[in-house]
Amino acid sequence: MNDEIKEKLLKKSRATRSEFRGRIISFVCTAIIVTVVVSIFYFVASKGLATFFSNKVNLWDFLSKTIWNPGSTDSHGSPQAGALPMIVGSFAVTILSAVIATPFAIATAVFMTEISPNKGYKILQPVTELLVGIPSVVYGFIGLSVVVPFVRHTFGGTGFGILAGTFVLFVMILPTVTSMSVDALRAVPRYYREASLALGATRWQTIYKVVLRSSAPGLATAVVFGMSRAFGEALAVQMVIGNAALLPHNLVSPASTLTSVLTMGMGNTVMGSAANNALWSLALLLLLMSLVFNLVINKIAKRGKF
Amino acid sequence: MQNYASEDRYIKELDPKKHEIALSTEDLHVFYGTSEAIHGVSLPFERFKITALIGASGSGKSTYLRSLNRMNDNIEGTRVDGKIMYRDIDINGKGVNVYEMRKHIGMVFQRPNPFSKSIYDNITFAPKRNGIKNKKVLDELVETTLKQAALWDQVKDQLDQSALALSGGQQQRLCIARAIAMKPDILLLDEPASALDPISTSTVEDTLLSLKDHYTIIIVTHNMQQAGRISDYTAFFHLGNVLEYDITSNVFQRPKIQATEDYVSGRFG
Amino acid sequence: MDSKKWDKIATGVLYFIAGVMILILAFLLIFILWNGLPHVSWHFLTSPAKSFQSGGGIGIQLFNSFYLLILSMLISIPISIGAGIYLSEYAKKNWLTNLVRTSIDILSSLPSIVVGLFGFLVFSISAGLGFSILSGALALTVFNLPLLTRNVEESLRSISGSQREAGLALGLSKWETVLKIIIPEALPGIITGMILGAGRVFGEAAALIYTAGQSAPPLDFTNWNPFYIASPLNPLRPAETLAVHIWKINSEGIMPDASQVSAGASAVLIIAVLIFNFGARYVGNHIYRKMTGTK
Repeated sequence: MNDEIKEKLLKKSRATRSEFRGRIISFVCTAIIVTVVVSIFYFVASKGLATFFSNKVNLWDFLSKTIWNPGSTDSHGSPQAGALPMIVGSFAVTILSAVIATPFAIATAVFMTEISPNKGYKILQPVTELLVGIPSVVYGFIGLSVVVPFVRHTFGGTGFGILAGTFVLFVMILPTVTSMSVDALRAVPRYYREASLALGATRWQTIYKVVLRSSAPGLATAVVFGMSRAFGEALAVQMVIGNAALLPHNLVSPASTLTSVLTMGMGNTVMGSAANNALWSLALLLLLMSLVFNLVINKIAKRGKF
Repeated sequence: MQNYASEDRYIKELDPKKHEIALSTEDLHVFYGTSEAIHGVSLPFERFKITALIGASGSGKSTYLRSLNRMNDNIEGTRVDGKIMYRDIDINGKGVNVYEMRKHIGMVFQRPNPFSKSIYDNITFAPKRNGIKNKKVLDELVETTLKQAALWDQVKDQLDQSALALSGGQQQRLCIARAIAMKPDILLLDEPASALDPISTSTVEDTLLSLKDHYTIIIVTHNMQQAGRISDYTAFFHLGNVLEYDITSNVFQRPKIQATEDYVSGRFG
Repeated sequence: MDSKKWDKIATGVLYFIAGVMILILAFLLIFILWNGLPHVSWHFLTSPAKSFQSGGGIGIQLFNSFYLLILSMLISIPISIGAGIYLSEYAKKNWLTNLVRTSIDILSSLPSIVVGLFGFLVFSISAGLGFSILSGALALTVFNLPLLTRNVEESLRSISGSQREAGLALGLSKWETVLKIIIPEALPGIITGMILGAGRVFGEAAALIYTAGQSAPPLDFTNWNPFYIASPLNPLRPAETLAVHIWKINSEGIMPDASQVSAGASAVLIIAVLIFNFGARYVGNHIYRKMTGTK
């Protein structure tokens, strides 16, 4: 028999080497991503925790006090880093915009999948895609030139504030929540609908009692995802919120969010100063909130599998 | 399905002096996770003969075939124990160059799987990767392999067209041509005609018969007529065991085991 | 009230809301294009910006946007393809793969301002790159990697396993099979995803304000030596992009014609997004048709 072949069978070849190289290359690429994520946490946490460990700000004060002036110190000698106004601002715009966007998004999704799955879907699918694609600064600019004057004329005040932020975020998260809701509704097996219709239910009864109920986890995921987008949005909100680090007393008074203060402040503070560290604490808070949203989404998604 | 005693077997022994053995397995076990799919199969495969593996679905014949060139390596959680002897080497052992081995033990699958490239590129793709650059050599390779696969006359004027435009039977013959372009010793075929119509099936069968002069062929089939028509030896698989292995005419006309008789006479399967 | 009536009312409401959705997009597009397009001229697209006086353009910002886009795609495309291959072809079901997937999930949901601040801290300050194109490109890479990687992984997964077996059975290594057979077949999906990713990057601003910076120093378009300080190609110069420019002139308020310039720049940005969107679809379909040989 041919010994040459036998020998080759026991030796490394070009293919073995290419496989080895490929494994290394693809693994390194993956490792880069994991490293980036780990280092984001490390760097943001190490900066953000300095407020509490180096500058001796009390964590509870940070979360509950309302005076944000970390450049100067209070009577106890620790920086005045009360982040409550921003926390309230962020949650207010997030929750309000989600409350308005949810019915709109789910209704549109129902329209696209149940009422007019051919024509309506064909028109609205690209519409949502385009809306998702519009850059956030453009939303901010439109907010500034349309929403803020509208709020000013209708509700008084300067126009800047939670309400304007809510409007802008509502439009921004609407397409995302809609297209995720569409996916959730489409995942409902067809025989659910057929069974319901066959039992004599009307289309609306079927949608309301069968389709929406069985897709509830998917719809919830869509809404939470939209909220995490709204919570993390920086520039569009910053442009219309008014940027006053005060506890908002109504929806049309200037306010601020975690992201807006970060956007405005980071360039005006010296790296390593108490004022700068306090900003990093806000960034850390933002990071942790995005983790929470992520966790909630995973929890819901695990429950709602068909 | 009846339960047959797995001790009740007949495995024909091939005298190595009279029969040249191209490939053989010794006590081959295949595990998927913790469940054992093949319970120790020892079979010889004679050179330049066609051996058919038959049995009901789930009998393990495809699993066994796929372990012969270690295609099961790529399925997570699969383990293959035992020896696969090829050229005096246990190719199931460590240190064996799997990629090199697969060049000599080629495989054709149940569903035709041509690359979405031209007919010409489908055949020359792997040879090119292995360093054959000469256009003339490649042209010749395409012509001879397509002729061997009985496809040349139908496609010689459209070699640069996509292979996906061919019919199912043509695609399968292209896959055979692609496999033999590597000049393998052994060709493994996993139900190559099961997705084809009767006419394409008979063309593929003719192709296999004509390839027998140059290749050792092992074919899995659920079609007993097909096994009877083309194979020299037949192994009957049942629940992960080979219950009978003999020359084909014996298996079909004078089976020695009750289970085999029941299967070939169509009582189950 | 009977159920049939409810059915009609509900259907009517749904039609109305779907209509509102279309109206919102129509309003946005018309508003931007109506207000913006009159300002868009060759002069506007090519001349540098001005502060404290009107009549400035967006030439440098536009160039910066494209340069930054290309640079960040050059970095992120190979990494995302490598990682996508790992996840779809090599990753086993174990804790390591779970860690990788969780990381990608987290990264994709991080607010872009956090990515920008991380880039500021690590690339601009620690690595000493300052406010520069390179810092910006790296930050955009971080921002873009998770989506690109997922897209590559999904595109590869959509290719049937029988194609992989075909390659392996011919004695090719897994890597060769993926690189030369699976990737070419998955190309329409991969490219569509890349173009959409490019569109996202093109409009991104929050990740850039503290990495690529908020200033656009004048460029000397006659000197393309990347080491020359005013060279358009110099990767270490600060580079305000179009999206950052829109944000900046609106929040500073020192440009008299800020709203006109913003409208014009927004129009340009929207048109670019439209081109990326339709381009992705067209290019994807085109390659798919070409590859499968259906004409």
